Amino acid sequence: MIRADILKAIIPVISDEFVVSNIGLPSQELHMLDDQPTNFYMLGTMGLASSIGLGLALSQKETVIAIDGDGSVLTNFGTLPTIANNVADNFILLIIDNGSYGSTGDQPTYAGGKTSLAKVAEACGCENVIECKASETKDILETAIKSKKMTIIVSKCESGNIPVPVIDIDPAVIRYRFMKEVEARN
Amino acid sequence: MSITQNMLNAMVKNKIEFVTTVPCKQLSGIIELLENDERILHIPSNKEDEGMGLCAGAYMGGKRPCIIMQNTAIGVTINTLVTLIQYYRMPLPILISYRGEVGEKVQCQVEMAVHTKALLEQLKIPTYHFHEPKDADEFDGILNHTFMAKKPVAILTDANFWSSIS
Repeated sequence: MIRADILKAIIPVISDEFVVSNIGLPSQELHMLDDQPTNFYMLGTMGLASSIGLGLALSQKETVIAIDGDGSVLTNFGTLPTIANNVADNFILLIIDNGSYGSTGDQPTYAGGKTSLAKVAEACGCENVIECKASETKDILETAIKSKKMTIIVSKCESGNIPVPVIDIDPAVIRYRFMKEVEARN
Repeated sequence: MSITQNMLNAMVKNKIEFVTTVPCKQLSGIIELLENDERILHIPSNKEDEGMGLCAGAYMGGKRPCIIMQNTAIGVTINTLVTLIQYYRMPLPILISYRGEVGEKVQCQVEMAVHTKALLEQLKIPTYHFHEPKDADEFDGILNHTFMAKKPVAILTDANFWSSIS
């Protein structure tokens, strides 16, 4: 399975939840497959999906799922100790780990080499860290949401992309409609 | 009441409930006050761009944010300021210790000080400079202006300001 297959599989689980999705193809794929006002698409700023997700989770009560990539977590490693030390039980960090920088031409990342993001997250003090196969992601994510415990999921999948259109929504509109949903549900 | 405490009170008056910090020696007093103030959630961050990500999330979650950092971090955060805070039209007060100005003891800090205002100007970030203790009287108005404008706004606080009030 590649990242787009995981996204397709988890859409029934995340469609009605607040999702912060990573820059580049992950946001474009999610936008194409299931555009929702509850999706915050990152159009720039590589690495900050988990930080935005944590800030959001700490500031309101609804569940927040940050969909991140291995390359983006590597670029913002400082996020993991912050997450570990500021537990938000309404926060789930789903790292789709395809061992490559998918949006820039599938160059390999160190997560596809010797570095285990799950072990790094544990060493940073994160509890409830689960590494899984791509095919298990939907069930594990569903269980994590129901558990009401902050969970880090590292889903190992294959590298590869599907053709997707660009996101033609103004960033201020993405932010505005997202905030209206947050307001309505809190 | 101390000027530092007044600044914290101005944050609370402007409904700031979420503050992230990366420490600086000049900022140690306000960070300590903040840590012990139950009206504000203080989440230290490891790098300032990470901190701005946290602030963006907090803002969308309904809590007004603020970041406290050193001017050296402007170099770290340019991309985040432009492609997250400005691009999505989010307000963010940035309380900055303006190191490298008169009174500085660490020579290297001067290197970033000479670029600080030029970078902020290039980024079209409204910038205020606290040099005398009385300048802090404007903090309340600046915060109010920041959330009205939905822009990042920089408040530079130099060595003379902090040494005069401590």
